Amino acid sequence: MSARRPLPRWADVALLPLLNLGLAMIVSGFVVAAIGQSPLQAIQVMIKGAFGDGVGIGFTLYYATDFIFTGLAVAVAAHAGLFNIGGDGQAYVAGIGALAAGMLLGNTHWLLVLPVATLFAAAVGAAWVFIPAYLQAKRGSHVVITTIMFNFIGSALMIYLLNGPLKGKGTQGAESAAVTGAGLMPHLQAFVPAFGYAPVNVSLFVALLALVACYVLVWHTRFGYAMRAMGHNAAATRYAGISNSKMIITILLISGGFAGITAVNEVLGSQTRLVTDITGQAGFIGIAVALMGRNHPVGILLAAVLFGALTQGGTELQFDMPAVSVQMILVIQALVIMFTGAMEGLLRPGLENVFMIFGPRQRETAVSRETATTES
Amino acid sequence: MSYDIVISMLAATLRLTTPLLLGCLAGLYSERSGIFDIGLEGKMLVGAFAAAAVSYLTANMWLGLLAAMAASVLMAMIHGLASIAFRGNQIISGVAINFLADGLTVVVAIAFFSLGGDTPPMPPGGRFPPIIWPYADQIRAVPIVGPIYGDLLSGQNILVYIAFLAVPITWWVLYRTRFGLRLRAVGENPKAVDTAGISVPRLRYQALLITGILCGIAGAYFSTAQGSGFHKEMTAGAGYIALAALIFAKWRPVPAMFATLLFGFLDALQIRLQGVPLPIINWAIPVQFIQALPYILTCVLLAGFIGKAIGPKAGGVPYTKER
Repeated sequence: MSARRPLPRWADVALLPLLNLGLAMIVSGFVVAAIGQSPLQAIQVMIKGAFGDGVGIGFTLYYATDFIFTGLAVAVAAHAGLFNIGGDGQAYVAGIGALAAGMLLGNTHWLLVLPVATLFAAAVGAAWVFIPAYLQAKRGSHVVITTIMFNFIGSALMIYLLNGPLKGKGTQGAESAAVTGAGLMPHLQAFVPAFGYAPVNVSLFVALLALVACYVLVWHTRFGYAMRAMGHNAAATRYAGISNSKMIITILLISGGFAGITAVNEVLGSQTRLVTDITGQAGFIGIAVALMGRNHPVGILLAAVLFGALTQGGTELQFDMPAVSVQMILVIQALVIMFTGAMEGLLRPGLENVFMIFGPRQRETAVSRETATTES
Repeated sequence: MSYDIVISMLAATLRLTTPLLLGCLAGLYSERSGIFDIGLEGKMLVGAFAAAAVSYLTANMWLGLLAAMAASVLMAMIHGLASIAFRGNQIISGVAINFLADGLTVVVAIAFFSLGGDTPPMPPGGRFPPIIWPYADQIRAVPIVGPIYGDLLSGQNILVYIAFLAVPITWWVLYRTRFGLRLRAVGENPKAVDTAGISVPRLRYQALLITGILCGIAGAYFSTAQGSGFHKEMTAGAGYIALAALIFAKWRPVPAMFATLLFGFLDALQIRLQGVPLPIINWAIPVQFIQALPYILTCVLLAGFIGKAIGPKAGGVPYTKER
């Protein structure tokens, strides 16, 4: 058999992820059926929960905001051939930056707090990836391992801070004092009443801006070109006179910065204070979002909304179907990550064959090849 | 510190080291064969749940252990399928395994036991009892050596002994058997192994099988030996510490034991120091610092300041036969 032709672009970008998503949903359905519940009812509850009313949509968008940032963090690094698996830790520690901005500027206006908090959180997030970035660039330590380690170091650091120096006066658990007044991000409910009590807030706009910024950075700047070149062939960029180690550090700092902004949505947008585990594993969901979105801003936006819907719909499950626990979300997310991320090889060869047989251009070439052999 | 405290600290170290050591050796087989495995945590968690569930239902710890191994091997094979057959990204597969274990154990636990994600405590016979060595009570009275025999070596459960026995066995398998030679080779240069007519996928599946079995034992240790019953997220990062220890040990079995003993000791120390100010400087070391120390030490090692940790060359790269 001749070598397989790659898939047409639309199939690679849209069809394959959707098929994998379907596969993940089917397997999730089996899990639901295995614990004696109706998968069809579950999917109905999930769709209704995520998109059925304003509040549901609001929550979906609120989760999506997180996932856009963490997805961008993974995607930016991925373009340069780097894997930042530490988005979770970077977003968590960046909570300090968001909190600081909310506290310091609590008496001003949110229009001032938003950019400052974004900058602070991004700076702290970037700082948290600096050591892994430096070690990857200068000492060749694998950034995947070091960022995993830094997730745990960050978690320990935050628990220490929230039980000690950052603990708010009179608070019960490990949490900071509450941010009040202008330090909080206005919820979109103020503009669209239908969102109700959903915590979707103005940091959604920062997320959309970040998507645009990422697009411009990656495809329309000299730096973006260099970083994509490095992702394809690091030796080539080195011979072209680009300092790869400088590139690695800069790209990972940008990546950590994107991850850090997640904290603005959480600390100032939803929790109104810094608590433990603000990210709710959003950093890991970001990996799936970037994968499904093919590291492209438009894809990331769609994938983030999808994962937001999965999270929100899954949360609704426990109310309408008490036998299905909230951890079902984790199972669904895990399966989506597994099928879209690690098991693409399951469907791709089959799909390629299908396109070889039925694709118009493929058939054309096949026909011409056959006629060529018969005529000669 | 009195001698009694030292002994009890060391005994606690042994108990806390056991799951780390089993996980670390599990990771060693996988990574030596060229498959990154950050899913150790998930496999342990699934093992812990399976052990507790089956042990509870059958009141037989051995059946629980078998179930733990089976469940963990199943996860290892999913990882194998993704990273060997489908040539997927091994890191992402590992992340997915951990998520899946996190969710699935609780979903199934609630469906079966309705205890908010836990299993009931183990019935008699469902839990690995401490094994008292012969004459432990009499020998304990002997000064210095007595407590070492009576309270440290004796009185652990069988899984502790299995874990430490697994170290020389792993060493022997890795460095003295044909399988071990091939395993090390396939992690460094799969092409060469393939050229010699040995199946790369087969070797890697075999390695993952051992990984699964060892993670299963580690899981069973959590729920049916150290504790009694499964609790939500009960492995609490042990899989990642084991991973850190594996790097710290530079992917070698005997150093793996020392690395996990060090991390186990830090854990024991952290439990003992909880809020106790140090006598001399009168300042309580934050327990979180000690908790983070294994990760910090591993990063320092990775930075190359105390020797260089270089993993198996073919690690993380799916093997493609043709071309």
